[in-house]
Amino acid sequence: MTIAAFVLLLAMVASAYVLNFRAAAAIRAGGTKLHSVAFYHGSFAALTVALPVFCMLIFWLLLQRPVVNFITMNGLPAEILAGLGTGERQLLLAEIQSVASGRIFGEPGAEIISAGERMNSLNRTAGLLMLPAVLAISVILAAVSRRTVGAGFRARPATEKITLSVMLFCAFVAVFTTVGIIASLLVESIHFFSLVPLTEFLFGMNWEPQIPMREDQVAAEGAFGWIPVLVGTLLIMLVALAVAVPVGLLSAIYLHEFAAARIRAVAKPVLEILAGVPTVVYGFFAILVIAPALRSFGTALGLDIAPNTALAAGGVMGIMLIPFISSFADDALGAVPRQLRDGALALGATRAETMLQVLFPAALPGIAGGILLAVSRAIGETMIVVMAAGLIAKLTFNPLDSVTTVTVQIMTLLIGDTSFDNPKTLAAFALGLMLFLVTLCINVAALRIVRKYREVYE
Amino acid sequence: MNNSSHSPVIGSAPAALRLRQRKRNQLLLQGFGASAILLAFVMLLILVGSLLYSGYRAFTQTHVEISVHIDPEIIDAEKLPRGNFRRLLQNSLVAEFPDAGSAKDKKQLLQILSASAQFELRDLILSDLLVIGQTVQLRVPVSDPYDQLNKGQIDRETPEQHRRLNDRQIDWFDQLRRGGAVSAPLNTALFTNPDSRFPEIAGLKGALIGSFWALLVCFLLSFPVGIGAAIYLEEFAPRNRFSDFIEVNINNLAAVPSVVFGLLALAVFIGWFGLPRSTPLVGGMTLALMTMPTVIIATRAALKSIPGSIREAALAIGASKQQVVFGHVLPLAMPGILTGTIIGLAQALGETAPLLLIGMNAFITSAPAGPLDSSTALPTQIFIWADSPERGFVSRTSAAILVLLGFLIAMNSLAIFLRSRFERKW
Repeated sequence: MTIAAFVLLLAMVASAYVLNFRAAAAIRAGGTKLHSVAFYHGSFAALTVALPVFCMLIFWLLLQRPVVNFITMNGLPAEILAGLGTGERQLLLAEIQSVASGRIFGEPGAEIISAGERMNSLNRTAGLLMLPAVLAISVILAAVSRRTVGAGFRARPATEKITLSVMLFCAFVAVFTTVGIIASLLVESIHFFSLVPLTEFLFGMNWEPQIPMREDQVAAEGAFGWIPVLVGTLLIMLVALAVAVPVGLLSAIYLHEFAAARIRAVAKPVLEILAGVPTVVYGFFAILVIAPALRSFGTALGLDIAPNTALAAGGVMGIMLIPFISSFADDALGAVPRQLRDGALALGATRAETMLQVLFPAALPGIAGGILLAVSRAIGETMIVVMAAGLIAKLTFNPLDSVTTVTVQIMTLLIGDTSFDNPKTLAAFALGLMLFLVTLCINVAALRIVRKYREVYE
Repeated sequence: MNNSSHSPVIGSAPAALRLRQRKRNQLLLQGFGASAILLAFVMLLILVGSLLYSGYRAFTQTHVEISVHIDPEIIDAEKLPRGNFRRLLQNSLVAEFPDAGSAKDKKQLLQILSASAQFELRDLILSDLLVIGQTVQLRVPVSDPYDQLNKGQIDRETPEQHRRLNDRQIDWFDQLRRGGAVSAPLNTALFTNPDSRFPEIAGLKGALIGSFWALLVCFLLSFPVGIGAAIYLEEFAPRNRFSDFIEVNINNLAAVPSVVFGLLALAVFIGWFGLPRSTPLVGGMTLALMTMPTVIIATRAALKSIPGSIREAALAIGASKQQVVFGHVLPLAMPGILTGTIIGLAQALGETAPLLLIGMNAFITSAPAGPLDSSTALPTQIFIWADSPERGFVSRTSAAILVLLGFLIAMNSLAIFLRSRFERKW
């Protein structure tokens, strides 16, 4: 039905175009001069029909499900709904939905079955109503736009105004996305902080989100202090930077100053390939190769290395960040004016001295910006740590030990769980909010440093 | 350089010594730089090498050929598709190995075959009812431990109690192998089967189709919206704080951690709009939000590279600003835009975390028929398999990664091809 509605819309748009195009062409053939060519009269009609009806269809499709669910749930007898919490209501709805789609488990009550039938009939009605609605609105809009055709109608400016606002809307999608991120994270986090006090979250030294799901379950009380998680995140980030910063900077220095053109031609694509490998692949690499290698290396030295040590996750993350840092450093070195370099060389400095004492300090702000961006990447990186780091929040600075990170906790708290009414799932949104805010601050600072510094030399 | 006020006289012995030192320092820095590059190089080699080494085995699958007598007493044509197909398989194996007497032995014998063997037998009988009462040759996958044994992954020297197969089981398999019943053909099931709990029959079909739908949705959303936004910002936006605000927004979105996009999708698309979980539609919408900044940035760069003379020429003969953009600038910028879009889509193909949050890690044993069916995607399938304890999934994970990397290389090569073939230098 949905596809039929879109096809109908397309047909109506095409006919509105042809109708107005012909009408305008006829006026012109009659000897009157048009303000705009017939193409724009047709396009104006097509856009007048297409945009409102398309928006209506999208809203219809987005809203149909929630509205049908709402009507179905409200149609249930009051005694069934009495005293149900949000989670239980969601369960009931899920049961009705699966009955409606024909997957019946066990023996659902008569009310559930009739609710499922009602849901189906509502959905059918909505589907059947869609086509007439599309047809009616399109015909009205086509008729309205048909009346505009005339020698004096400025169809081109009118059409261009519409396309311009469509493009403005497209640019706004980015703003909507940011607003959506902030709104969704804030709403769920505020919900979370009404259950767990903000101070406990920010300053608590214990992170044990495994709370009892049922009354009779034996489980920990649940503690939501994010300090150990934060420490784990920082530890893994530091390990990653300890690998990525020296290797990335040295390779940028080498490529920028010393490497022959032939080596550059090979090394740059290699670094690009490293940058293009998906993080899930790095995660698997960490558990397949790096962690066992570190472990056996540790045993040989008599060290006890945890199987999911922070070294493995951080080290692999460092490899992932090498191309990131090296390309930023390369850009920053390239932005240093040539005169500085030539001047130093003319004074008799070796190329290494020029690099380390002239170019590098001059490029330092740009490099620092790149490293800051790498920090934000390391904090937000998810798959490597989900696969290779630990799950239990331990307050330790020992990189041989197993620690957990903010992103790992977000994933483990949310995978396989959708009810938004217990602190366990909501905690993930609170962590997400913190992650978003921290990375946002770092990114803004880094981008500002990079841009400001670039302007100084340009 | 940082010497005291009176430097040694040029040509003197101390000066020569210092010069040697300074040159040595330069060599040192060069050496460090070269080894840093080398380290990155070696890491890439180890990464690819370890994946190839552990993954190449998954591209073949050990099969065994057995002759099955389809006993009309066990299989009743009336009752099909029900029937005791396992019994048929067991009987044919027992006929092969008369020494397996006890019920436990017989059960162990049957474990040579993959759990899917009975269904293959059923489908064979259903496709041709005339085979009932006859003996057919059936080539089926062996179960994971025997597949590992055939690929040399199980060491015969390990003490029996530490091995996944005992001496007797290995002996049976060796007899089958000597009889020429064992073969290891190309594992086409890796691409044509959906996911399964049993590594020997698990395949990527569902994941490939799921990724296809998600990428299609992602492309259909991010391409037009991204181009629209880029044209507005590059060609039409007035220079004011409002346009700056949009720009800052786009630049920040490009650096937001992917897991945050997953949280957004979970709360907004699934929680507020009630879109179905685990579907490529929601996955594609999420990926589109992440790809859009890439498309916008690439499009703006492509638009910027078109020389002003083109615009001026079109404006001079009376074209409107939009006619200039849509009739001249945009078509000329298209190769650059497509290149950027393909690179963005390649990134989206490898994106895992947001897809896990919207539930595309579900265990689904059928390929999706459309973007509204639950499914996995290629990277989430890799994650699921990497998490599975069975030995056979290790090499399958590597194989799946190789498939993913293959797609990424293909997409990036296409982008490079487009760039070199169609992009003009002005």
